[in-house]
Amino acid sequence: MPRQHGRDMLDDLFSTMRQSIIDGAPDTASSLARQAVDSGVAPLDAITNGYVPGMHDVGEQFAKGQMFLPDMMASAEAMRAAMAVLDPELSKLGAERPMAGVVVLGTTKGDIHEIGKILVGTLLSAHGFRVHDLGVDVAGDTFAAKARELGADIVGVSALLTTTMRNQKGVIESLEKAGLRSQVKVMVGGAPVTRRWAEQIGADGYAKDAMSAVDLARELMNQKVLQQGGSVAGQT
Amino acid sequence: MRPKFQLLDKPLIERILDEAFQLIEDPGVRVAPYVVELLRSAGVAVSDGVAHIPEALARRLLDLAPRGFCLYDRSGKPAVRYGGDDVHFDPGSSCLNILDPTTQQARPAMAADLVRLVQVAEMLPEFSAQSTAMVCNDVPQEIGDWYRLLLVLWYSKKPVVTGAFSASSLHTLLDLLAIESGGSEALRLHPRAIFDVCPSPPLNWSEFASQNLVDLARAGVPAEIVSMPLAGATAPVTLAGSVVQHAAECISGITIHQLAQPGSPIVWGGAPAIFDMRTGKTPMGAIETAMLDVACAQVGKYVGLPTHAYMVAGDGRVIDAQVEMESGMSAVLGALSGINMISGAGMLDFLACHSVEKLVIDAEAIASAQRLIAGIEPRGDSLAAAVFAQTGLHGDFLKLKETRALFRKEQHFPSAVIDRGLASTDGSTPGILERAGQRVEELIAAYTRHPLPGDREKEIISFAQREGKKAGLEGLPGIIELEYAREVGLL
Repeated sequence: MPRQHGRDMLDDLFSTMRQSIIDGAPDTASSLARQAVDSGVAPLDAITNGYVPGMHDVGEQFAKGQMFLPDMMASAEAMRAAMAVLDPELSKLGAERPMAGVVVLGTTKGDIHEIGKILVGTLLSAHGFRVHDLGVDVAGDTFAAKARELGADIVGVSALLTTTMRNQKGVIESLEKAGLRSQVKVMVGGAPVTRRWAEQIGADGYAKDAMSAVDLARELMNQKVLQQGGSVAGQT
Repeated sequence: MRPKFQLLDKPLIERILDEAFQLIEDPGVRVAPYVVELLRSAGVAVSDGVAHIPEALARRLLDLAPRGFCLYDRSGKPAVRYGGDDVHFDPGSSCLNILDPTTQQARPAMAADLVRLVQVAEMLPEFSAQSTAMVCNDVPQEIGDWYRLLLVLWYSKKPVVTGAFSASSLHTLLDLLAIESGGSEALRLHPRAIFDVCPSPPLNWSEFASQNLVDLARAGVPAEIVSMPLAGATAPVTLAGSVVQHAAECISGITIHQLAQPGSPIVWGGAPAIFDMRTGKTPMGAIETAMLDVACAQVGKYVGLPTHAYMVAGDGRVIDAQVEMESGMSAVLGALSGINMISGAGMLDFLACHSVEKLVIDAEAIASAQRLIAGIEPRGDSLAAAVFAQTGLHGDFLKLKETRALFRKEQHFPSAVIDRGLASTDGSTPGILERAGQRVEELIAAYTRHPLPGDREKEIISFAQREGKKAGLEGLPGIIELEYAREVGLL
């Protein structure tokens, strides 16, 4: 019975963690993480059984139109707050959170809009990707250099303007010129961007919104792994 | 009585302006190095690229901006009056795709598509001005700005709403306009074009936008501020809060512009939108977007400036009931609001796509909106008693000479795009797309190009060939009269 009682308590804790993500409550998420650490719960268990299911729920509710972008941002912030407590604990144990992939993000040359890109970056981070955001008005060569430096799996290029979306093609050309194209998947997005445009410029994928970008990034990682004959960390 | 639609009462407008003046001072407005000295010389504190503009200075400069001005057609006649409650419409601008007239699927726009749209807009009286409507994908990107304007100037006599996407291309566009107008001074005196200049929300005048403001002011060519707050993303989520940001962006832009050249013409304009919290898209057809347009323009009118908005665009990807419902509603609201220039007709898919067929349908919505704002007028001393005196209770109004004399003033007669029950010649009942397509073909068939006067035709072609060659352009896509030009010795 005591063991069962402990299991129940743990399940309750995971359930509360999950709810803190759904509620988008960073303070609660953070204090629950601290409580877990103090009571000896393995950080990876807290992440895997508490917080990550919360993000999955949020994704599902978003897809059904029951949650909205501000809710998602709050959930991602709650996830970040929990990870700020748990990451150092993982390090102490010589472990780290399974990483879904390395993504270099940026808004294309000539374009200084970044709201969409920030949303994508936030959600990718919340779903276990390591994201490097290059910011706005980024030249193709800069994308390529950072992708090489970090050994990026994915480069994500955003554009809000019909005129600057043409520069997304330039990023792909820069990756080709740098000899990186076969190693790096390219995903494009932004208000004027369409699936057809992505195909036209030779991108590997297009996502219509930030949540779809997470699904797309996972799919691209799977493709990459299949091409390379390996397995993706953190994927279930 | 001219019907009017207003969303804001005077106390709310005053609050909006109060907060806008507060914002331009604190937190201030991000500005580019190009305008830092200009601002400092007027006593504006600029630190770390942020200008803190005092209200008193901004108010003084707002007062210097002209209350109205005209754009002129190719013959030098005033054709568009900015100011007061005058309402004009022009097609939306700068999109990459066109709905193919045959497949009704979106595809990249080409020079020939822009020419087709310009010819149709030229024939439609509902459009007082043209726009550089599409990015031509068969023209090198680096010359895209001026090439679009070249095609419009070549095929149209109407004023043009245009814009430059870089600081350097602005000067090429101005050179082109100067050739067309017969010199820079002629362009200044009788400007044919107005340039959209866009701040980046929130409160950021980028390098090329800052430079465009200053260079346009000094050239005396009208500028149209197109402030684009996205409510909830790059601007406060409340509509009132976004209107404040729009006002602050306009006021700061006008401050820079009027400091560069006091009295130079400028427009309080914008393309605000809500940010859809499910998709992150910016729906131009949302009613809240139209509300933002109306409210922003109302604030502009309150400070006495000419106004502009982006309306008459729908968000669906094909021409359907949704797209036309959205476009028609905003055409009516824009007209009722007395917005001087309403851009956006022809566009769909969140401004990503143009359609010539939609343009002719929108023209019908615009014509209806124009009829609406003409209002209900008494015609003569008697409203009804005099005609009743003639017919009694027989009701034979159709026979009365008053009926014949007045029905054309009272009723607007749409083109065959609108189904009013007129039988087609073969007795069939074509759908709206087919009717729109037929109308487009009829207008293009009836279109005649009017050559530019004297040597300007030759000068423009030489200019285009010279500038195009620098970018490796082969020929002049879209200018089908080249063969004719060779024959008459222009080339």
